[in-house]
Amino acid sequence: MSRQLTQRLVFTLIGLATAMTALPIVLVVGYIAVTGLPAISAEFLADMPREGMRAGGIWPAIVGTLYLTLGTGLIAVPLGIAAAIYLAEYAKDNAFTRAIRIAIINLAGIPSVVYGLFGLGLFVLFLQFGTSILAGCLTLSIMTLPVIISTAEEALRAVPQSFRVVSVSLGGTKWQTIRRVVLPQALPGILTGVILGLNRAAGETAPILFTAAAFFLPRLPASVFDATMALPYHLFVISTQVPGMPLKIQFGTALVLLAFVLSMNVFATIIRSRARARRQW
Amino acid sequence: MSASSAKIVVESLSVQYPDGTESLRNISLAIPANQITVLFGPAGGGKSTLLRAFNRLNDLTDNVRMTGRILLDGADVRALDPVTLRRRVGMVFAQPVPLPMSIRQNVWYGLELAGERDTRRKDAALEKSLRQAALWEEVHDRLNASAFTLSGGQQQRLCLARVLALEPEVVLLDEPASGLDPISTAKVEESLQAIKQDYTIVIVPHSVQQGARIADMAAFFLQGELVEYGPGRDIFVTPHNKRTEDYVTGRFG
Repeated sequence: MSRQLTQRLVFTLIGLATAMTALPIVLVVGYIAVTGLPAISAEFLADMPREGMRAGGIWPAIVGTLYLTLGTGLIAVPLGIAAAIYLAEYAKDNAFTRAIRIAIINLAGIPSVVYGLFGLGLFVLFLQFGTSILAGCLTLSIMTLPVIISTAEEALRAVPQSFRVVSVSLGGTKWQTIRRVVLPQALPGILTGVILGLNRAAGETAPILFTAAAFFLPRLPASVFDATMALPYHLFVISTQVPGMPLKIQFGTALVLLAFVLSMNVFATIIRSRARARRQW
Repeated sequence: MSASSAKIVVESLSVQYPDGTESLRNISLAIPANQITVLFGPAGGGKSTLLRAFNRLNDLTDNVRMTGRILLDGADVRALDPVTLRRRVGMVFAQPVPLPMSIRQNVWYGLELAGERDTRRKDAALEKSLRQAALWEEVHDRLNASAFTLSGGQQQRLCLARVLALEPEVVLLDEPASGLDPISTAKVEESLQAIKQDYTIVIVPHSVQQGARIADMAAFFLQGELVEYGPGRDIFVTPHNKRTEDYVTGRFG
């Protein structure tokens, strides 16, 4: 076989493999969209569930997921960025910081149901927050932190060292240098990590299973100590726990969750590509 | 030269890098105020290390070992607060590094770090320093443009202006013309001549010729050793040391 022929064959195979990885995404999104779209209406999006959740809307689950995502952001974003700044800018390379790094990497690998169980033990029972938005947000924060920390640290390290040297040589303190030069340059990368982390928080079921989620609530949560409905858990419930559930409500719920998560992803991509276009170094 | 006119005095300075290599070996010299002192010699001779010791930029590199003393106006630089020291001893690097902001913001930057909030004062310093760096005529109508829109030569003069805006006492230049075209180089050299009555200038030139053009005082470094130090005319025209002569006349380089 000639070299040209080999090359064409290899490229064709690689191309096919790529197409096969993209295909499931298209199929999943397409199938959910087609099956779920008939369910979408103003009533479905903005009403309480009725008739044992077999009719009406999913408003409390949407609100719950928004609360959980925002609450997780309020806790995990400042903590994560602070930790990333420490690791990227201040930490010396020693046994202590190596241990922290290993801990973060391993934290990212823990199955989400284990986070759920941990949250149940620490926040719900020991600290007596009960099954609540607060306990759920704290649990989701712990799960989200490794993603935020490692992407933010990477974004900080990508800022050229020469900027730091110049800033210090002009009489800047280390903190002035970080705040005025390094952070603004790393911000798009940090935001991307934040959104990806929160995205995961919005879509996970297991961590909120024991800590925040309610099977059904007749009203919206009134404080952070109330339990809440949430889209991923609601989807789990109506798919497995409620007999006689109309298919279009299940897929309508899945579609709303998917739209929520995908739109955040698109937002992150836009931030990243716009920052890349503006960047001059 | 009397001791009182010396701005910087180096006493028995040795610098070792963490990998054990010795960068400077027992250097002593006195750098006079309001003159241009040239540190020259082949690459790896320790010139940049000495510059970076003056404003303690070596502090940023972990585990650089330093013995001996550097006195600025008689005070040991290691006893001074590094932030204050770097305001008094400004530095221009070999590669121009504009900060990712506008031309104006680049010059304002050091002033703002030092707490200056008054826009009129900042703008006055902006125009003065850009004129001193021979850049004002070229950029005065686009001060809000990104500093990256400037050419390499303009960027380097912006870096000089950024340092001069802080009105330091000493200006260190580490091969500031290495990436520049001859016209930009000439402009930088002219600027240095024009401002030296107000500043003490220490420069690592990018060539022997440049050193000879601008030196009031000159120090020849070879492999971490200070071979010869004296008035530029002596060093470049009638050097006493054979090794200096060989280098200046281009027998090795």
